[in-house]
Amino acid sequence: MTVRKNQAQLTATEKRNFVNAVLELKRTGRYDTFVTTHNAFIMSDTDNGDRVGHRSPSFLPWHRRFLLQFEQALQAVDPSVALPYWDWTTDRTPRASLWAPDFLGGTGRARDGQVMDGPFARSTNRWTVSVRVDGRDYLRRALGAGGRELPTRAEVDAVLAMETYDMPPWNSASDGFRNHLEGWRGVNLHNRVHVWVGGQMGTGASPNDPVFWLHHAFIDKLWADWQARHPRSGYLPTAGTPNVVDLNDTMRPWNDVTPADMLDHTRHYTYDTAA
Amino acid sequence: MSSITRRRALGVAASAAAGLAAGRALTAPDQASAATVHGRGGPEAFDEVYQGRRIQGGPSHGGHGGGHHGGHGDGYSVRIDGEELHVMRNADGTWISVINHYEPLATPRAVARAAVRELQGAPLVPLATA
Repeated sequence: MTVRKNQAQLTATEKRNFVNAVLELKRTGRYDTFVTTHNAFIMSDTDNGDRVGHRSPSFLPWHRRFLLQFEQALQAVDPSVALPYWDWTTDRTPRASLWAPDFLGGTGRARDGQVMDGPFARSTNRWTVSVRVDGRDYLRRALGAGGRELPTRAEVDAVLAMETYDMPPWNSASDGFRNHLEGWRGVNLHNRVHVWVGGQMGTGASPNDPVFWLHHAFIDKLWADWQARHPRSGYLPTAGTPNVVDLNDTMRPWNDVTPADMLDHTRHYTYDTAA
Repeated sequence: MSSITRRRALGVAASAAAGLAAGRALTAPDQASAATVHGRGGPEAFDEVYQGRRIQGGPSHGGHGGGHHGGHGDGYSVRIDGEELHVMRNADGTWISVINHYEPLATPRAVARAAVRELQGAPLVPLATA
């Protein structure tokens, strides 16, 4: 059984194996298919039209399925690898070990935002940004630029306290847990972390930065934590909602998986801590 | 191939917009009335040089690029040095672009300026996959 661990607790060997598996997916071209898929959904999910991956109730089950697919691709390279998660309420500065050269590398240089160290620096020739919206082919970051702050544990707890999964109009204007976790409303958790990292993480092609997976693995864990706190609160809506994925509707692009199928993460993996 | 992928993605949105135009309650029936500045004209058109680059915004005209425009921006398109910047209007009237996708700003002009700052002189390109 796959166990997803806090990135701060990984051994040197676990970090190396994760990085090498990611680099292998990149080398074969498989990695970039994930970037393309994410960007296509980012651009087509709209508040008043069909919405599946973002700004909608299925934000959480869609990304759970997306991460599972990525994790399975990693495990096809190295069966020992699991997705780690980044608890950005704790490891909240550019000095965290997450950003060391033996893992993801650090922030970008001032001149052009280019990441200059770590396994994903352009100079290694192993991480060319190919699926992109501008001319730059190197990984960029601006960690905490402009004095931005990552969410605090208290802010996370306030969102986890929300009892209702999601509410009409089931989009970026909604009240409820999902939209507060996603960040279009309220203290802003998920969206704010994308902005804090900067570079490609702020764009529709955000999976170009491997931290995408560690960020979303923590968002996914917060969903599990929320379920543990609110055992009587279920996924909403349950049926008949135009443009929105109801509980038993299938989700694009897989068309064979529903939110109901994704509710219990323990069928696929567990966490290093009890939810 | 890259532009096909992009158009395919946008085509999904164009269909969604068509469904929207068929009668939804969340926005006013006239798709150009999603006003932030000029009432029923929609967001204000603009054309300026910002940090050395020409940014333009205004109502998009059908037919260009095979239904390229008109989905997410409620009939509004933005260009940087002539290249389309994919923008989207949120339910609360704020805007984002593919360059700054997780940080809503008040107007399409603010989104265009933020993209120019983020680009640091790099050209905007249709989604490249090569």
